[in-house]
Amino acid sequence: MTDSKYFTTTKKGEIFELKAELNSDKKEKKKEAVKKVIASMTVGKDVSALFPDVVNCMQTDNLELKKLVYLYLMNYAKSQPDMAIMAVNTFVKDCEDPNPLIRALAVRTMGCIRVDKITEYLCEPLRKCLKDEDPYVRKTAAVCVAKLHDINAQLVEDQGFLDTLKDLISDSNPMVVANAVAALSEIAESHPNSNLLDLNPQTINKLLTALNECTEWGQIFILDCLANYTPRDDRESQSICERVTPRLSHANSAVVLSAVKVLMKFMEMLPKDLDYYGTLLKKLAPPLVTLLSAEPELQYVALRNINLIVQKRPEILKHEMKVFFVKYNDPIYVKLEKLDIMIRLASQANIAQVLAELKEYATEVDVDFVRKAVRAIGRCAIKVEQSAERCVSTLLDLIQTKVNYVVQEAIVVIKDIFRKYPNKYESVIATLCENLDSLDEPEARAAMIWIVGEYAERIDNADELLESFLEGFHDESTQVQLQLLTAIVKLFLKKPTETQELVQQVLSLATQDSDNPDLRDRGYIYWRLLSTDPVAAKEVVLAEKPLISEETDLIEPTLLEELICHIGTLASVYHKPPSAFVEGSRGVQHKRLPARAGSGESTDSPDVSQSVGGATEAAPTVIPSQGDLLGDLLNLDLAPPAAGPTVPPSMQLGAMDLLGGGLDSLLGGDIGGSPAMGAGLGSTPAVMPTSLGAPPVVGGGLGDLFDLGGSVGMPAGAYVPPKSVWLPAMKAKGLEISGTFARRSGVIQMELSLTNKAMSVMTDFAIQFNRNSFGLAPAGPLQVLTPLSPNQTIEVSLPLSTSGPVMKMEPLNNLQE
Amino acid sequence: MIHSLFLINSAGDIFLEKHWKSVISRSVCDYFFEAQEKAGEPDNVPPVIRTPHHYLINIYREKIFFVSVIQTEVPPLFVIEFLHRVAEMFQDYFGESSEAAIKDNVVIVYELLEEMLDNGFPLATESNILKELIKPPTILRSVVNTITGSSNVGETLPTGQLSTIPWRRAGVKYTNNEAYFDVVEEIDAILDKSGTTVFAEIQGVIDACVKLSGMPDLTLSFMNPRLLDDVSFHPCVRFKRWESERVLSFVPPDGNFQLMSYHVSAQNLVAIPVYVKQNISFFETGSSGRLDITVGPKQTMGKTVECVLVTIHMPKVILSANLTPTQGTYTYDPVTKILMWDIGKLNHQKLPNLKGSLSLQSGAAKPEENPSLNIEFKIQQLAISGLKVNRLDMYGEKYKPFKGVKYVTKAGKFQVRT
Repeated sequence: MTDSKYFTTTKKGEIFELKAELNSDKKEKKKEAVKKVIASMTVGKDVSALFPDVVNCMQTDNLELKKLVYLYLMNYAKSQPDMAIMAVNTFVKDCEDPNPLIRALAVRTMGCIRVDKITEYLCEPLRKCLKDEDPYVRKTAAVCVAKLHDINAQLVEDQGFLDTLKDLISDSNPMVVANAVAALSEIAESHPNSNLLDLNPQTINKLLTALNECTEWGQIFILDCLANYTPRDDRESQSICERVTPRLSHANSAVVLSAVKVLMKFMEMLPKDLDYYGTLLKKLAPPLVTLLSAEPELQYVALRNINLIVQKRPEILKHEMKVFFVKYNDPIYVKLEKLDIMIRLASQANIAQVLAELKEYATEVDVDFVRKAVRAIGRCAIKVEQSAERCVSTLLDLIQTKVNYVVQEAIVVIKDIFRKYPNKYESVIATLCENLDSLDEPEARAAMIWIVGEYAERIDNADELLESFLEGFHDESTQVQLQLLTAIVKLFLKKPTETQELVQQVLSLATQDSDNPDLRDRGYIYWRLLSTDPVAAKEVVLAEKPLISEETDLIEPTLLEELICHIGTLASVYHKPPSAFVEGSRGVQHKRLPARAGSGESTDSPDVSQSVGGATEAAPTVIPSQGDLLGDLLNLDLAPPAAGPTVPPSMQLGAMDLLGGGLDSLLGGDIGGSPAMGAGLGSTPAVMPTSLGAPPVVGGGLGDLFDLGGSVGMPAGAYVPPKSVWLPAMKAKGLEISGTFARRSGVIQMELSLTNKAMSVMTDFAIQFNRNSFGLAPAGPLQVLTPLSPNQTIEVSLPLSTSGPVMKMEPLNNLQE
Repeated sequence: MIHSLFLINSAGDIFLEKHWKSVISRSVCDYFFEAQEKAGEPDNVPPVIRTPHHYLINIYREKIFFVSVIQTEVPPLFVIEFLHRVAEMFQDYFGESSEAAIKDNVVIVYELLEEMLDNGFPLATESNILKELIKPPTILRSVVNTITGSSNVGETLPTGQLSTIPWRRAGVKYTNNEAYFDVVEEIDAILDKSGTTVFAEIQGVIDACVKLSGMPDLTLSFMNPRLLDDVSFHPCVRFKRWESERVLSFVPPDGNFQLMSYHVSAQNLVAIPVYVKQNISFFETGSSGRLDITVGPKQTMGKTVECVLVTIHMPKVILSANLTPTQGTYTYDPVTKILMWDIGKLNHQKLPNLKGSLSLQSGAAKPEENPSLNIEFKIQQLAISGLKVNRLDMYGEKYKPFKGVKYVTKAGKFQVRT
């Protein structure tokens, strides 16, 4: 006899039959009927019509039947709120039952019934259960507070449940402590500034004691909570680390990773010369390696986190290269992650091994993986100078295989190698040229054209090669067209006599026959340069290029620090701060690593200064991709404090709903946005106009309308919303902009606070408004006269007029430094 | 925390849904189906999928996708570990974690899921506690229940639920008291063409089956505990004793459980028990190739290597194989392109060999990729790392238990590149 019998239907109509059975006098028949109802529910069938009949079965002393009815109630109460009230009495009665299992069951189920009317009746029983003599009831009640808070936050605060919950952190039973912590953490997530988890050395001590005794899940909650604490000094930090390290040997990988998070964060405070610091580093490696022998899904999450850890502290895993070697039956998502970490760990000591592996991978079946492996060889060459020669010869071997996509990838990376080590490996150009015809991907074609243009003087038939590309000029992608234009201009400057005709041809193709603005602009610039001053043209076009940096894909240090604080979370899987993508956590404070004791600096990794140095070069003009910026404006809309007291709640709701759609595209835009940001970091300013001129297509401009609607429509001299951060420093190379709109003496003003959080001085501020639906435009220039030195903040007020060009449904304002 | 769970079979049907907070429409699974289609193979579906309003975290077990929906920032490992627990619990209750088993016991499954999670927080995930709350189905019990009208649901609070040893229930009684430990080691290795070890490590576990009455307190010690520097323990193991004395001291759960797992990665400690000589080549012209594989014992510590099975994932263009094994049998599946050679025991005197020709699709180019060999084997009575249990002592109870330790070494992910 199995439960599949519950799925059989009869002709008369299932609901009708069930109704009859539910009202049967026989207990056994009733129970069977409820089981049938539940079975239908599990497969998504709508059995809500049976609500009154099922609820009638609730008054019973048969626990199984009671549980089944509760299961039903939780699913359907929301759709039948009036009927659900019928159940309240039974709940209240059950909360007084002598059996703790029934008391707990009642309070647990009541919290799951998401009906406002019921929640009022829930308060008294819940209060009692929070102080119940049985810890099982108390721990269930603790979770119930979180449920209730989700339904009606105000009620929970008014009734003082939060304080009771805080008291439970000192409970004698570790399971109760763990659940109280879990509940408080969940509530705190929706109230970032509420200071609910007021951590002090006493509570930390209680948590650490409970940590040893509670269940594995409780340990995760407690460890995640501990990670939010900032110890007073390095001694406290060390003592917490000592008590957390045993968790590294737990069988549950989530416990292990949460423990790693606590240790990674707190070890930041330990002096590096401390013996314990070294011990801790050694202790971190084995558990991380062990995570890699688990199931592939666990491996994936572990690998994403290890990727962060090796960027922050490469010394932990520097001897463990081999565990990242790829097995042919690893799922593709594991393979790609392993590859990435292999390159990060590559050093002079292990490069031979790594290269041998990469060469092996380049002959695998999976195309994506093979491509990435070939790219990895190029990255190794750039990262480990001593290996460059070997990498190049490996790449040449791969080109000889004539496998189309391998050849194309190889050419793309060889271009990068040329840029890193100019005038060193040009002997291979001949081999590359042989494969010219087989290239069909834009990136590979563009790379090849770049190589030909760059080394035109050494390639005898460079003009013929480039000319051959010119034939199908209009069918090429923009990338190739731009590259071809530049390459031919370079060629002309190097060999002016033979190529005059060619350069004229390409210039006219680019400027007259093309409707791509980027291409046209570049064409005109070259044309003008060449016609006015060929010497200057030579200086500009053939100028020495800055060498590309060793690692172009490092995560920006401030972001990395934040992500280290979020090890083990979704943020760590996506390598993005939680504020960038988790719904409902808007306005979450950015977490920072604690500062090392005795020193003022917040971070000490050498790559920080390096990449900040790289960033300042481009800083004065760079804005992050529009996707990101828009993200911030949208954040602003959704953040409850910004909408604040002036906007009526109904309107806020409306905005939220409308934003639903916008949010989708926002997330999409964000994905597109981030790589662009990375590219901006590593590349020269020359790339800039392109990325500005062709913003990613973003929807969701609607959100901005609402923001403005809230402020512009206000009567004169009315409330001015507090400034909120529009552009966090992390996304704008250190410039943080917060601001608000105000109306002063009839003029709309945009009030801005500019804070320089970077390490270098910023100057030359300017502002530009995109066309927007309200015709808002600056009425005067942005008055920032003095350079902004690091850590300085200035307040600027910008008068606005509404006489600007009007364009509907476009992003309202993009701020530009 | 965990919001909802959907179980999806390989045909793409959602055959069970459970919501721990508000109900989420099953249309959210469309994002999962999209990712599934993109991934091709079910094994390649990314574990974390982002949708506009939710995150889908999934695992794939026994041809079932366990797809959980979360809405807030939750540690993904926490969710994945929990899903594993759910799959294991099905296995534990119904003997298999299959669609049929779940459908046959849908109400029990639903009751169990409700006990395991409350508002997305794990409640009871220990099999001992769950079994006290909801009794596993047996034919006898369902007959008895139908006659007597009693139920499958425990009426009292499980005793282990709140004690400091939640994994053990009180009042356990056996007539034969026995404790068995299996030391199981798996060798993960990658060997290159020439037979050199590229990478090798041992994943070991100690599985226990303990059926002892009362509250026994056990101590297990090893001859050579220094081997174990990277270990994970069942929560019952007292970590402090391990740190100071290198012995495992614990009050065991009742029944089957994994006491510890460990990891030996020092290259010199990992012996490679078999070697493979292989030659797979394709002719430049014509549509054929040759295959010649010989397997032989290497460092076996004097034991016999059994259950040897060689699996080769052939390139797509291979149509058929015409081979002769000197030992065992081989099959070639032209659809999945998998060549399997089941050898059995390795004989020292006469090494098994598989030789013959491969035919390719006519007109197909010579395959570019090299097929890797996957080797399975088993060695009884040996833990390849050399780990040995010294003794097992019991305190806290008066009776004399029957004790036993077994060792076995297996191939884990053991691959030979060609």
